[in-house]
Amino acid sequence: MTRSIRLGSGAGYSGDRIEPAVELAEHGDIHYLVFECLAERTIALAQQARRRDAEAGFDPLLETRLRAVLPICAAKGIRIVTNMGAANPLAAARKTAAIAQELGLSGLKVAAVLGDDVHDAVLAGDHRFEESGTPVAALGDRVISANAYLGAGPIVEALATGAQVVITGRAADPALFMAPLMHEFGWSFDDHARLGQGTVVGHLLECAGQITGGYFADPGFKDVPGLARLGFPIGEVSDNGDVVISKVAAAGGQVTTATCKEQLLYEIHDPKRYLQPDVVADFTGVSIESVGADRVRVVGGRGTAPTGTLKVSVGYVDGYAGEGQISYGGPGAVARARLALDIVRERLQLTRVQSSELRFDLIGVDSLHGGRLSQRAAEPYEVRLRVTARCETLAEATRIGNEVETLYTNGPAGGGGVFRSAREIVAVQSVLLPSALIRSRVEVIGA
Amino acid sequence: MKLRTLAHSRTGDKGDTSNISVIAYDPGDYERLCREVTAARVQQHFAGLVHGKVTRYELPGIAALNFVMTFTLGGGVTRSLALDAHGKSLSSALLDLELPEEGGA
Repeated sequence: MTRSIRLGSGAGYSGDRIEPAVELAEHGDIHYLVFECLAERTIALAQQARRRDAEAGFDPLLETRLRAVLPICAAKGIRIVTNMGAANPLAAARKTAAIAQELGLSGLKVAAVLGDDVHDAVLAGDHRFEESGTPVAALGDRVISANAYLGAGPIVEALATGAQVVITGRAADPALFMAPLMHEFGWSFDDHARLGQGTVVGHLLECAGQITGGYFADPGFKDVPGLARLGFPIGEVSDNGDVVISKVAAAGGQVTTATCKEQLLYEIHDPKRYLQPDVVADFTGVSIESVGADRVRVVGGRGTAPTGTLKVSVGYVDGYAGEGQISYGGPGAVARARLALDIVRERLQLTRVQSSELRFDLIGVDSLHGGRLSQRAAEPYEVRLRVTARCETLAEATRIGNEVETLYTNGPAGGGGVFRSAREIVAVQSVLLPSALIRSRVEVIGA
Repeated sequence: MKLRTLAHSRTGDKGDTSNISVIAYDPGDYERLCREVTAARVQQHFAGLVHGKVTRYELPGIAALNFVMTFTLGGGVTRSLALDAHGKSLSSALLDLELPEEGGA
């Protein structure tokens, strides 16, 4: 029997466009709609929100997204999988059930995947950060959150309950897509080759528009039509894992071998060892071929047994960032901006502003790639000075922007458009925990 | 000749590590990319930006290279004070790499 499952990718990050997901639900002929909405730091920020309000801490756009697609998905039997639960999947599930009821969608079952929150376990043991080697416990109450990247297991379990909407907190992004395939095709957790290709499918789809021509255009070299109406991708997956990536025909953008190759290597290190909770995926045997207009076939992902540890993202308060910016234009703009830079540098010393890291950039000159790569470029018409620093306290961070602002009346001629800010830095580092320490579970809420 | 005429590229970030793909438009140019765009060449191109090591991975099946650069992103997107904290614009800097003109091969 050759059966295929059509997965739609409805969001590539928390703030992504809403209409492409609606378009997929209406015209994509899809079975599942997956929303990947959690960046590295998102859960830590959501955990701070949850501390202020026990029913908060899930994605702020959950309601908007679900109101837009739930009626269509319910009518067509499209199931939704999303990590919009962030720091509070259970509250997100309750909210979803309430929205469904309001929309008159009675009997909608919503499942929450729990257990990614390992805050206590990480603080209890002798765990050290992979990046810095320092012990997590040394951060004490600066630790905000610790969440393990769950695999497909609990999502498959949630789908088996018959839930139409499955909401997770932290889970490996590809697992959000692989779980429906495992559920539909009955793939086993021992079938590492299949899970390797399943990871390829999830990895290609998880950033939504980044495979349909988004984040790709380079006029004259890579032209993409209709980016304002960019369509999000559909993965048409066979029971052996082979996938054809496509989009709704009328949507903007394009699916080509080039867009698929860029996305395959996005955020990948060793392509032979892409570490996932359920598999170590190997992308080196992947082949990518065009099989029609905006249709690209991707096959050949393989895999080996997982490492037995799960990555845990730990969010913590890492001081405060102060920032100030000011612009100069016209003849001599760069010289005046450099003079302004020297003045601020001297002022910060004179007034003894305490910082552990201080950075000066000329936006339009050297802010992206530094002074060396930009040194041969022609002088720009206008330039913007940017001063940033890492400080121990908010008060100290505030002084950075204030010093830039004083350039209005004390600095070089013609400076304008001052912007200043001071904010708490919530940083993320990772820890590896033995998979056996993590107990996930599923809770179902009926509307 | 600029690398940009032969290849396209996308940058990704994980913590303080940046990865940049270099993908041949024409698979026939893959061998040339392997020869010219070495890890050492990329390390030199990004001197002052990459504070760790550059590792190159080869994907002949899709005519692509993947460069992984450690200690490059000012501590990572969540900590960095940089304007482009993800380092997303680095792919464009790599495509500016000058390649020697070739007669044969």
